[in-house]
Amino acid sequence: MRVVLDLDRCQGHNRCYALAPEIFDVDDLGMAVLLNDGVVPPGLEDKASLAIANCPEYAISLATEHEGAS
Amino acid sequence: MTSIYGPVTDWATDFDHAEPEYNAHAHEVWAELRDRCPVAHTDRYNGAWLPVTHELVSQIAYDTEHFTSRSVVVSPFRPLAQAPIGNAPPISSDPPFHHDARRILLPAFSPKVIAAWEKDIRELCKQLLRDMGDGSEVDAAVQYAQHIPVNVIALMLGFPTEDADIFRGFVHDILEGINVQPEQRMQAFERLDRYIDQQVQEHIAHPRDDLTTFLLNASIFDQPLSHEHVRGSIVLLLLAGIDTTWSAIGSSLLHLATHADDRRRLAEDPSLIPTAIEEFLRAYAPVTMARLVKEDVEFAGCPMKVDDWVLLPFPAANVDPAAFDRADEVLIDRAENRHLAFGLGIHRCLGSNLARLELKVAVEEFLAHFADFELAIDGEVEWSRGQIRGPRILPMRVTH
Repeated sequence: MRVVLDLDRCQGHNRCYALAPEIFDVDDLGMAVLLNDGVVPPGLEDKASLAIANCPEYAISLATEHEGAS
Repeated sequence: MTSIYGPVTDWATDFDHAEPEYNAHAHEVWAELRDRCPVAHTDRYNGAWLPVTHELVSQIAYDTEHFTSRSVVVSPFRPLAQAPIGNAPPISSDPPFHHDARRILLPAFSPKVIAAWEKDIRELCKQLLRDMGDGSEVDAAVQYAQHIPVNVIALMLGFPTEDADIFRGFVHDILEGINVQPEQRMQAFERLDRYIDQQVQEHIAHPRDDLTTFLLNASIFDQPLSHEHVRGSIVLLLLAGIDTTWSAIGSSLLHLATHADDRRRLAEDPSLIPTAIEEFLRAYAPVTMARLVKEDVEFAGCPMKVDDWVLLPFPAANVDPAAFDRADEVLIDRAENRHLAFGLGIHRCLGSNLARLELKVAVEEFLAHFADFELAIDGEVEWSRGQIRGPRILPMRVTH
């Protein structure tokens, strides 16, 4: 499982970082940053889904097969 | 305060969000308008619109082409401040200026920087709770909620915390005193500017490690910020975080005081508090923003004219059944929650990380301090007026 982040949409609500700090970090401006290129560590799929479902800007999504490197 | 418009005759054609019935019965008003409009209009304030659906509120929040943020508080006269800077950058600014003005302040309000304030906020909350004494009657708004954000922002700006009453006076004048004569409103702004100018002078003479000195040393487009920019940003920082967070804390405590099951559940399992806080933010969002129409435009079938006000009631969008399952229920374990309490798009609340932290700590400490609490039997809750919605009088009966 891998997530992708649309930085044009991210406005720094920081919901992803609060809910899934193993998958998301934030930069000095408070904007989201993907850890490990968005690859979700095994067992944290629910946290990834939660981060996707709580982003008010719809900035996070699951990588499609085409985008998924892993 | 004398209202210049008087009671509302019809919410769809004559609404007035500064009349006391609006905030006291907001959910009923929005439900009625969702069925009837869904964009209400009023001739008050020289013309204003009120969309109440999630879809329309979101559209306007993202549409900086047709709507300007030159002023974000509805009042009877149009602000003298001009786009794209406005009188309180960056909240009053439009693109592209907005981007650079906001970037100056973002680092100070990023989650990791804000997290360092938790200890101070927790100590403040504990002290306020101790000061409430051993009695069985308390006012959770007057004795608790209203003090938390005002003290925190005073510390951040390096302003005297003894001036808290003065700050709350400014908040009342600027954000609640909107349906008053223009001269009265201008005088309120002059008092605010005078106070901030004094504080700025004091900081120029004695620089220190706080946001005021930070702004005085900041630059935009390789130039120091103008005095008006510094003052405007301080106006924003001072006013935007006070009654908003105070309202969110008050509404959350009001919910818990009237829902024994939720109260017990959170007291027994504090790990659920952050999730519950998001649901309180959805169901009782305190902040409605406003825009001005840039030029005549038809929006959602409404003939909007240049300089018409458009309210952005994020709290109404948050309870729209078209956007949320069981929208009118408060589910403290709601897992999926894309609420708009802090807005959407480029004007996402700059202080959202601070507000969330204050709200979380305030609720945690209140729950931990009292064995139990509920709304006082004969207690009358009194709501704020205007664009910021929250309880101002919140009498509770508590057990220790």
